[in-house]
Amino acid sequence: MEYSGVLVVGEQRGGSVHSVTYELLARGRTLADKLGVSLACVVIGHRLEAFGREIVERGADVVYLVDDSSLEWFIPRRHSAELAALIGQIRPEIVLAAATTAGRTLMPHVAARLGAGLTADCTGLDIDDEERLLLQTRPAIGGNVMATIKTPSARPQMATVRPKSARPLPRDPGRHGEIVVRAAACDDAQSAGERLLEFVRDTSQDVSVQDAEIVVAGGKGLKSRDNFKLVEELAGLLGAAVGATRDVVDLGWVGYPHQIGLSGKTVSPRLYVAIGLSGTIQHLAGMQTSETVVAINKDKDAQIFRVADYGIVGDLFDVVPELIEKIKTAKNARLAGAR
Amino acid sequence: MNLLVLLKQVPGTSNVKMDEKTGTMVRTDHENVINPLDENALAAALELKRSIDGSKVTVLSMGPPPASRALREAIAMGADEAHLLCHRGFAGSDTLATARALALAIEHVAGRRLGPNDLVLCGERATDGETGQVGPMISAMLDIAVATYVRGIEVKQDHVVVERVVEEGFERVRMPLPALVTVVKDINQPGFPTLPGKLAAKAAPVPLLTPDDLGLTRDTAGLTGSPTRVVQVFRPKFARDTVLRRQDSGGAAVGSLVDLLIEKEVI
Ligand SMILES: Cc1cc2nc3c(=O)[nH]c(=O)nc-3n(C[C@H](O)[C@H](O)[C@H](O)COP(=O)(O)OP(=O)(O)OC[C@H]3O[C@@H](n4cnc5c(N)ncnc54)[C@H](O)[C@@H]3O)c2cc1C
Ligand SMILES: Nc1ncnc2c1ncn2[C@@H]1O[C@H](COP(=O)(O)O)[C@@H](O)[C@H]1O
Repeated sequence: MEYSGVLVVGEQRGGSVHSVTYELLARGRTLADKLGVSLACVVIGHRLEAFGREIVERGADVVYLVDDSSLEWFIPRRHSAELAALIGQIRPEIVLAAATTAGRTLMPHVAARLGAGLTADCTGLDIDDEERLLLQTRPAIGGNVMATIKTPSARPQMATVRPKSARPLPRDPGRHGEIVVRAAACDDAQSAGERLLEFVRDTSQDVSVQDAEIVVAGGKGLKSRDNFKLVEELAGLLGAAVGATRDVVDLGWVGYPHQIGLSGKTVSPRLYVAIGLSGTIQHLAGMQTSETVVAINKDKDAQIFRVADYGIVGDLFDVVPELIEKIKTAKNARLAGAR
Repeated sequence: MNLLVLLKQVPGTSNVKMDEKTGTMVRTDHENVINPLDENALAAALELKRSIDGSKVTVLSMGPPPASRALREAIAMGADEAHLLCHRGFAGSDTLATARALALAIEHVAGRRLGPNDLVLCGERATDGETGQVGPMISAMLDIAVATYVRGIEVKQDHVVVERVVEEGFERVRMPLPALVTVVKDINQPGFPTLPGKLAAKAAPVPLLTPDDLGLTRDTAGLTGSPTRVVQVFRPKFARDTVLRRQDSGGAAVGSLVDLLIEKEVI
């Protein structure tokens, strides 16, 4: 049997489908449509019945819910056996998963079982028109350049995709799709001794820049921890999350969870405001898919302007306070108008 | 206990120093370093060795001849034995071919399949490729348990309990041995070479392994044994219609920005 179709590996967390699943479906839909094939999605876990409908509405043609109490928690060998079994059965030409702690463990495990090619942390996916191969683009050599990778003959072609590097499709209640619920196909004798003893929720380190609609990020141009408060003030005013470059994190002005870029987080907010940061390729790798980018930098040749929709060339120590004042005035005017 | 550490030599970006007088970059021949997280893996192995009598730490690397320096450095820090997979036939390996060679090498140096006395330690990812795929791939090939993003390891009778860092907190996971772990920075603070270690490193042999030794062929090793191909390397171009304004005393540039923010409904 030929390999055909696209399979997206969904994730469940804490009793619901993780939003990264819907991002992957948006990616998968584009690829499947380009190839003229169907898009399947698999979720492996426990108590999944309720998940199928939204997955269909977000773009899947077929949903496989592999449901078993032994699969509730992520045990790599067990989940890998299930995914490999499903791939063996439906033989997709492309398999995509999220570059999360689970996806980055599961996918290499499965690729090794199948002898398949796997590319980590892709930021771009496309189909080569001539050969119909998956083109996988990711930052390479310390993020200084981008590399495009393909898998000429091994199947399936597998990739993990950075969270927040694509936007989910809106729900379409009119979409039709098939939902298949199945029990675990593999017995877990071999991995019987592996189990989760405890999960401790700790989000104190998490500032969820990844979920923010607006991100205000600052770079070394702020010059000191004290000045960095300007970024925090503007973020507060806009209801935005605070982002930072690696240099700023290394200087200790804010914590690592705020770092955006190759070795930090990838974000894709509605608005990204970049203040006093140069826009090195490593930083751009984490924010270039933002919907609207605004940049403030005194160097008119700064790289960040190349990805900006609106840029102000000027001294941030003049521009940002002026901006803060004008936003306050605009907000007050709106409040007065509403009264 | 048998502790096997996989260690990769990577280009050290922060190692480049400036010559104060000439203002130029000094490229010493110490440009390559042990992948930072692999130093953590080694330190974790050395710590277990200290607490469990009769333990031995073996380091393995695949790379060109200079990689033997990284292995000697590991011996200087306390490792007992080192092997280097070094041959033209390994060149151009992607993560799958690398994992295949290292998995075979692990069983080759152990002289058997892994058993309840064995633990393999890797870094979570290497700074050059940043893939983090090699560890989990090896565990699948050896058919042993695996835990990634590990920041703590406790060895019990015939199993280990590890703490792994995930997105929303951390997990404590029980795994039987043999097992493979990939470690993150939080696990420990790597140590330094000792004087006796340095002397041992000078004298220690670093035997080389070839694809032949591991039963690999052209179809299973190196570039020809790799399913993936890099087809293009490029600097990205961006397609945005940038409006660039100069800061002005009249406040027009900032004024237009505020208008944009209102239009985008963020204020
Ligand atoms: C393997 C690797 C991974 C990396 N990962 C990341 C990553 O994830 N994220 C990341 O950000 N970096 C990363 N980096 C680091 C990256 O290369 C840069 O060092 C970093 O992004 C630069 O930070 P910056 O823009 O704050 O500083 P700089 O490059 O120093 O830029 C400061 C900017 O501020 C402007 N400026 C100064 N004063 C003013 C003023 N008064 N008003 C207005 N503008 C002013 C300057 O014109 C300049 O453009 C990585 C590097 C490597 C090698
Ligand atoms: N060539 C290699 N030699 C030895 N160990 C390696 C090699 N490549 C990868 N590893 C191990 O696998 C880990 C992850 O590497 P990577 O998948 O390349 O990010 C590293 O931290 C090493 O422990």
